Amino acid sequence: MRREPPQKFSDYGPLLFPAGMLIVFFVVPFTTMIAVSFFRRNPAGFYSPDFVFDNYARFLSLFFGKVLGFSLGLAVAVAVCCVVLALPFTYLLARSKRRTQVFWLVALLSVLSLSEVIIGFAWSTLFSRTAGITNLLVTLGLMQEAVALNPSFGAVLTAMVYQALPYTVLVLYPALVRLDPTLTEAARTLGASPLKAFFTVVVPALRNTIIATLIMVFIFALGSYLLPQILGRPQHWTLSVLITDQAIYQSNMPFAAAMAVFLVLVTLGLVALTVYAGRKGEAA
Amino acid sequence: MSGLTLENVTKQFGSFTAVNNVRLTVPHGTFVCLLGPSGCGKTTLMRMIAGLDLPTSGAIRLDGADITHVPTHKRDLGMVFQSLALFPHLTVGENIAYSLRIRGAGREEQKKRVDELLAMIHLPGYADRPVAKLSGGQRQRVAIARALAISPKLFLLDEPLSALDAKLREAMQVELRQLQQRLGITTIVVTHDQREAMTMADTVVVMNGGEIRQAAPPVEIYRRPADTFVADFIGSTNLLDFTADASGTAAVLGTPVPGLAVPAGLTSGTISVRPEEVRLTAPGEGAIPATVVFVRDLGGTVETFVEAAGRQIVAVSMPHARPDMAVGENVGVRLAPDACVVLKS
Repeated sequence: MRREPPQKFSDYGPLLFPAGMLIVFFVVPFTTMIAVSFFRRNPAGFYSPDFVFDNYARFLSLFFGKVLGFSLGLAVAVAVCCVVLALPFTYLLARSKRRTQVFWLVALLSVLSLSEVIIGFAWSTLFSRTAGITNLLVTLGLMQEAVALNPSFGAVLTAMVYQALPYTVLVLYPALVRLDPTLTEAARTLGASPLKAFFTVVVPALRNTIIATLIMVFIFALGSYLLPQILGRPQHWTLSVLITDQAIYQSNMPFAAAMAVFLVLVTLGLVALTVYAGRKGEAA
Repeated sequence: MSGLTLENVTKQFGSFTAVNNVRLTVPHGTFVCLLGPSGCGKTTLMRMIAGLDLPTSGAIRLDGADITHVPTHKRDLGMVFQSLALFPHLTVGENIAYSLRIRGAGREEQKKRVDELLAMIHLPGYADRPVAKLSGGQRQRVAIARALAISPKLFLLDEPLSALDAKLREAMQVELRQLQQRLGITTIVVTHDQREAMTMADTVVVMNGGEIRQAAPPVEIYRRPADTFVADFIGSTNLLDFTADASGTAAVLGTPVPGLAVPAGLTSGTISVRPEEVRLTAPGEGAIPATVVFVRDLGGTVETFVEAAGRQIVAVSMPHARPDMAVGENVGVRLAPDACVVLKS
């Protein structure tokens, strides 16, 4: 295929459609949000146009700092759990028979069709005292009596990992299928046990894919606001929960917008840092 | 005994038999080429020797010890893959040192051995380069050095030179053979290139349909092929029918060839005569009558295609050693009895 830079203005034509979509559905709403974050709240009504930093100033408190820290920590935990679980699974899946692969991929895709609400309530039932999995453990004689496992941090983490795992597998799958199987065989002939070969060859060779997957799951988990509410205590609520609360229940749109903008900035910063660290590690 | 022994090794994939009852002894320090068309089982056989595939039945012994069920990473071997399988995330030096690092060798020791090996493959000072920056021939050498880092008991190469261009391949064949002789390491190479096998091997093992058809030194494989497959696969040859009477006198295409020894009791069969052993003369007593149908003059050699009793025979000769012959001329084909090899049918 011949590639040459666009000559005339009309050569940029094909870009008009995606550019239009981006402007209408991303640039305009996001700019509105940034603008609103500087507006003044009107307790009686809604908000009035202004340019004040009150909303950001209010945000700079220990309470919101803790919530932000918890949100980021939870998202990191979900991302790490997902990749640690999905990597060996996908590695074995990519090396199994075609039929097995199709079966698992269809099963994972069907998990994706479940809504967050269904996942949340299903897990809250599974973690409950009356009908939960602990009853099964009691029947098996592994536990004395049934207990409630939620609300708790573990319950929030489990449900969020469950929700994000199919994405993780689907993102890792193409890279693992493309990975030359003779690389592991070569490692084995050179004296590495299958486990050692996995950690010294497969994981480092897929380093960039793994970093990209971690970032994707991290951002995905950061936006979660239903599962922490259904399965967690108030201290397990993420910033997304507070944003929803401010925007919908407190009618404080400027403050919600300020928190959202701040969350986006922190996220972008962390992603940039990860990419930078990844580049640097590669050069070393 | 020291060396590698395969005892009745068989490998089946479902109902397909990839390797059938292979028996082979590779004495310590020899260079063996497994040669055959694609799908003949040579790669499967090598994968079983490496432990990457398990034989369905039979045993593999290395220096007397049964290693049939020893996992690959405990066999102390070096293997070069067709794809080379260099680790893309490691530098040249780290690739070569991989087997030493896995075995817990110290940094100093690794560095010393890497420098030694880089000198051996004529790439000194390449230790810190990424493998992606190397040329095909250089990657090839790095893969060889990586496989030899621990001084393995067994050096296996699966179609190692197939990715190189013809000139480089020929040079690497000579280099590989010289390296093997210097190190005295037991080496097995899988190849479908007979020139490669003839250049490097002490013993050529010709395989077809999962079985060994002949295992012998290269010259013997060429001069005394065991059966029609080997005769046809190695070089080019003329396969001609013969008949023999009770007294043991054989006739090729109806013309008696005095002195051609035929195993007792055999009344008919096939012989192989290499084109360069076929002599064309004027028609006469004791010569198979034939007609010239085509002449291919390649400058260095001349190939003359003649037809005799409905069969085509090819004769190759030096230009000056060949009488002038034109297409359509009647000639006589003379076969020296010791150039005719009676094949197993």
